[in-house]
Amino acid sequence: MRFRLEARPAPAKPMLYLSPLLAVAASVVCAGLLFAALGRDPVQALSILFIAPLSSVYSLTELALKATPLLLCAIGIAIGCRANVWNIGAEGQFTIGAICGGGVGLAFGPGGGMWVLPAMLTAGIAGGAAWAAIPAFLRTRFNAHEILTTLMLSYVAINLLGYLVHGPWRDPQGFNFPQSKQFADAALLPLLVPGTRLTIAFLFALATVPLAAVLLGRTLAGFRIRVAGLAPGAARYAGFSANGTVWFTLLLSGALAGLAGVCEVAGPIGQLTPTISPGYGFAAIIVAFLGRLNPLGILFASLLMALLYLGGEGLQMTLQLPLAVPGVVQGMLLFFLLGADVFIHYRLRIVPAARKVLRDA
Amino acid sequence: MSEPAPPLLQLIGITRRYGATRANDGISLAVAPGEIHALLGENGAGKSTLVKIICGVVRPDAGEIAWQGRAVRIDGPNAARRLGIGMVFQHFSLFDTLTVAENIALGLGERRGMGDLVAQIRAVSARYGLAVDPLRHVHHLSVGERQRVEIVRCLLLAPRLLILDEPTSVLTPQEAEALFAVLRILAAEGCSVLYISHKLEEIRALCTRATVLRAGRVVATCDPRAQTPTALAEMMIGSALPATRRLASPAIGRPVFTVDRLGLPAADPFGIPLADITFDLRGGEILGIAGVAGNGQKELLAALSGERLAARADAVRLSGAPIGRLGPAARRRRGLAFIPEERLGRGVVGEMSLAENTLLTGYQNGLVRHGFIRHAAISAAARAVFDRFRVVGAGIEAAASSLSGGNMQKFIIGREMRDNPRVLLAAHPTWGVDIGAALAIRQALADLAAAGAGILVVSEDLAEIFEICDRVAVLSAGRLSPPRARSETTMEEIGLLMGGVHPPAPMREVDDAVPA
Amino acid sequence: MHDLVFAFAIFGATLRAAAPLGLAGLGELVSERSGVLNLGVEGMMLVGAVAGFMATAASGSPAIGLLAAMAAGAAMAAVFGFLTLSLMANQVAAGLALTIFGTGFSALVGARFEGVPLKGLATSIFPHLANAPPLLQELMRLDPLVWLSLAAPFAIHWFLTRTRPGLVLRAVGESHDVAYALGYSVIRIRYCAVLFGGAMSGLAGAYLSLAYTPMWTQDMVAGRGWIALALVVFSTWKPLWLSLGALLFGFVTIAQFQAEALGLQVSPQLLAMLPYLATIVVLVLISRDSVRLKLNAPGALGKPFHAA
Repeated sequence: MRFRLEARPAPAKPMLYLSPLLAVAASVVCAGLLFAALGRDPVQALSILFIAPLSSVYSLTELALKATPLLLCAIGIAIGCRANVWNIGAEGQFTIGAICGGGVGLAFGPGGGMWVLPAMLTAGIAGGAAWAAIPAFLRTRFNAHEILTTLMLSYVAINLLGYLVHGPWRDPQGFNFPQSKQFADAALLPLLVPGTRLTIAFLFALATVPLAAVLLGRTLAGFRIRVAGLAPGAARYAGFSANGTVWFTLLLSGALAGLAGVCEVAGPIGQLTPTISPGYGFAAIIVAFLGRLNPLGILFASLLMALLYLGGEGLQMTLQLPLAVPGVVQGMLLFFLLGADVFIHYRLRIVPAARKVLRDA
Repeated sequence: MSEPAPPLLQLIGITRRYGATRANDGISLAVAPGEIHALLGENGAGKSTLVKIICGVVRPDAGEIAWQGRAVRIDGPNAARRLGIGMVFQHFSLFDTLTVAENIALGLGERRGMGDLVAQIRAVSARYGLAVDPLRHVHHLSVGERQRVEIVRCLLLAPRLLILDEPTSVLTPQEAEALFAVLRILAAEGCSVLYISHKLEEIRALCTRATVLRAGRVVATCDPRAQTPTALAEMMIGSALPATRRLASPAIGRPVFTVDRLGLPAADPFGIPLADITFDLRGGEILGIAGVAGNGQKELLAALSGERLAARADAVRLSGAPIGRLGPAARRRRGLAFIPEERLGRGVVGEMSLAENTLLTGYQNGLVRHGFIRHAAISAAARAVFDRFRVVGAGIEAAASSLSGGNMQKFIIGREMRDNPRVLLAAHPTWGVDIGAALAIRQALADLAAAGAGILVVSEDLAEIFEICDRVAVLSAGRLSPPRARSETTMEEIGLLMGGVHPPAPMREVDDAVPA
Repeated sequence: MHDLVFAFAIFGATLRAAAPLGLAGLGELVSERSGVLNLGVEGMMLVGAVAGFMATAASGSPAIGLLAAMAAGAAMAAVFGFLTLSLMANQVAAGLALTIFGTGFSALVGARFEGVPLKGLATSIFPHLANAPPLLQELMRLDPLVWLSLAAPFAIHWFLTRTRPGLVLRAVGESHDVAYALGYSVIRIRYCAVLFGGAMSGLAGAYLSLAYTPMWTQDMVAGRGWIALALVVFSTWKPLWLSLGALLFGFVTIAQFQAEALGLQVSPQLLAMLPYLATIVVLVLISRDSVRLKLNAPGALGKPFHAA
């Protein structure tokens, strides 16, 4: 009795949709086991993690608020992944976007008018794109793989932010805490729902979903991206510039992450601090995979991931569980997704042992 | 000849499926000791799968194998080796960065001291006339030498059955003769040979028994020497062979594609540099470039298609215009089309639909407007290709990988011919393709030439070149011999050139005397 | 004389900083030579660090802590191996998943131990040499793992180039189809290589939490796992070059303390950037020669293997 994985002639369509659901289900089960191992009631913990954040209008806006940076970063990462360009450094581009946009906002000071916000957003987008341009240059000119360069630049960016808020940009009235001055009202994004923290950044994020879908499915640029990822040999044959694809996807990805960064500091945070992101750039990678690199899937996946973040905060408050719990569940989700994805391209077959029969010649 | 002893190898009812396809369907065959047995069939008939089963690389879904009269189960390559089955693969199983002796050591599955091994290699090499140097690194060896290493590796294990999969597809005619001599010695010593090929003349020259496969089943078992090649071919395809119609004396016009002293450094340490490539391709003619694999074909095609740029713009001219520094897209705009060496992953993107695959090379011809894909246009284009070339498949929205090799090639060729190119570069256009599709492809090329286009065929299959080309040149070690008219040369002569036996190319070739 | 003492102190600090990079890097090198790209080094180091710390705190014996760390790293690698070797998942994605999971998991289980002091590894082999010359003293102050990190490259080099299992491992990494056709169990060999890589990463992590700074905080590995990955590329998959690279990076990592000692007034965050910037520079330098990279990289690196 043996198991064999046999390649399918064509990908199994039902599994494409089923495997994320299977992964979620398996993660829920394992999360429950984890809570039990940590000495908490699994059912209560699971409901705080998954259900409680959906229970009020305010918490739904918090959900959308957390989903915004995830969605923006994940769309950019997914477009890159489709072209086999791995932007692992969205966290760094997010940070630089926040620094550039925040810097512009701080430069305007307490005054400023209606031009402050557009200037900040532009600066944030440009900053994120510029930070992603570095690995693009290193890859196209020197062949350096972007997985490591984007990641290293993330650490550099985070340290840069730390340097700025500990040093030159520290608020003199801030009691020596490492933080910048608070942004003036003109430098804050308008709220989408009054009385909550949800800003119009959520609309920016939502808009990227149909735009990305059109880009990938209906434009020549999107075609180039998909061919580059599926068959680099075919891309060369077609005369598509590999370097052009790398630049385009990294710049786009960086711009979106930078936008996410400036929206975060011009939104709920309202200033620059050393920790402006609980790892959105990395979580966005999971969102991209969970959403199957498809814009609509990413929308749902980002909402799910935001749910985990909110639920994690709830767990910390009510059950005193460490904030690392969402990270563990995120990791589990990705594991299970990768495992379940096997069955899209392969089928499990049980091979009976061959009979040993003695025959006359 | 009937033998009283049990057959060495007997397969009974072997079946193996890949998804919905039955690669092997109830195959039964028997190989006697000391027999050179041919396994015949066109591409896709199931020969490779069957052989992989015999060697233990693949396990059958059903059926039995008997070795010297006893039932056995071949669980893996080691089990096959222990029985005494040796296999020389079509795509060699050698590690480029290791030496010959290290490769052989790895292939033996048991430890032997390196000193002893080198001595044994030299002994086998001398005994059977297979010249190999144990201490050279494999990436320096030619294709013929690599095959000899593979054979020596098998012989060191004293096999009772030696299997060769399409061995002469990479050899010159002279090297093939040398191989046959070795096989005859082995057979005389009692070692059986299972010889897989689709080359009928060879099989009739070498083999005493043949099993013919078609679509996964055995359709005949016979003595190939007692059959005519036509009869064997008809057994392989199951019906009568149509012939390629070539319009008598096609009008050959002015040169449409000129290459002048093209040189290109090797792209990677295992590549071949091109030097001094010079030839004319005229409208209406089909020029063939023959050569053993690994002599610069890949580099030449990359330089001509634009994937690699030449040093001088006028090294390559299309209808007189210099295009040497232009990329593939620009060359396509000027009327160049290219059928690449690989289908899946190069000529088409397997995961995309056939409609989208028309965009791959057609995106400059009305299929895109303002950056947006015109879906109706690409569907129409794909459907046109399907109809014109009778591509058989699940429709234009099906994934390209669902097509068989022959149909995929027909689709690619159809797509490339869609815009009536002035020059078509074709890399082994009928390789790995069933006979029906091969004939259709050859006909399409002939028709395109008759319409005035110039066609360049680069192929390692000498038979293919002699079948369709008007003139033949040979690419050897990155250099091109002066083209000769096909009617004025023979396969033997070209074979010698392929083996590298030729005078150095002169600096500048005066236009060959080519009969109009 | 004072400068000499200072120089030896720097040398010792460099060796200590280089040790985790070298150990984790060697493990990953072996894994990559067999054809498997495991990006989860950071996660495995974190899990090893927390496991080593917890086991030592519970048992009082650093030796048990080190064993626990190796086991934990290998266990994580086993999950990765199952996904990529048995289920043929994409190696890059699986490695990222391993890092994300390892980061969260180690933070979760280590939460109780944050900032708790611990008596770590003995930091000298021969404590009674206190009156010996300064260089000897400095060397004697190095803990056993540092000595291991200096000896291991030679052992790995010998294994890969002079033993038959090493030759087979290289062959599997060069071309898994050919190796399989020759009858070698590609999957089994790769599992062994991956588990070895996991154990070494776990060991490297435990070094950080037991010897380098004997305590645990979440994210204490601070990107060293990624630097180790870069080192493997930088060394063109050769163990001896890897240990040289580790020394170089160890030196850059302690730049911060060197600057302080030299009286330079530079922001600590800017100095902290140095190792990461150095990694980028090193990557660029080695990747420029793409021919050399292609020649030296294991041919089957990162490609999933499916036996028909």
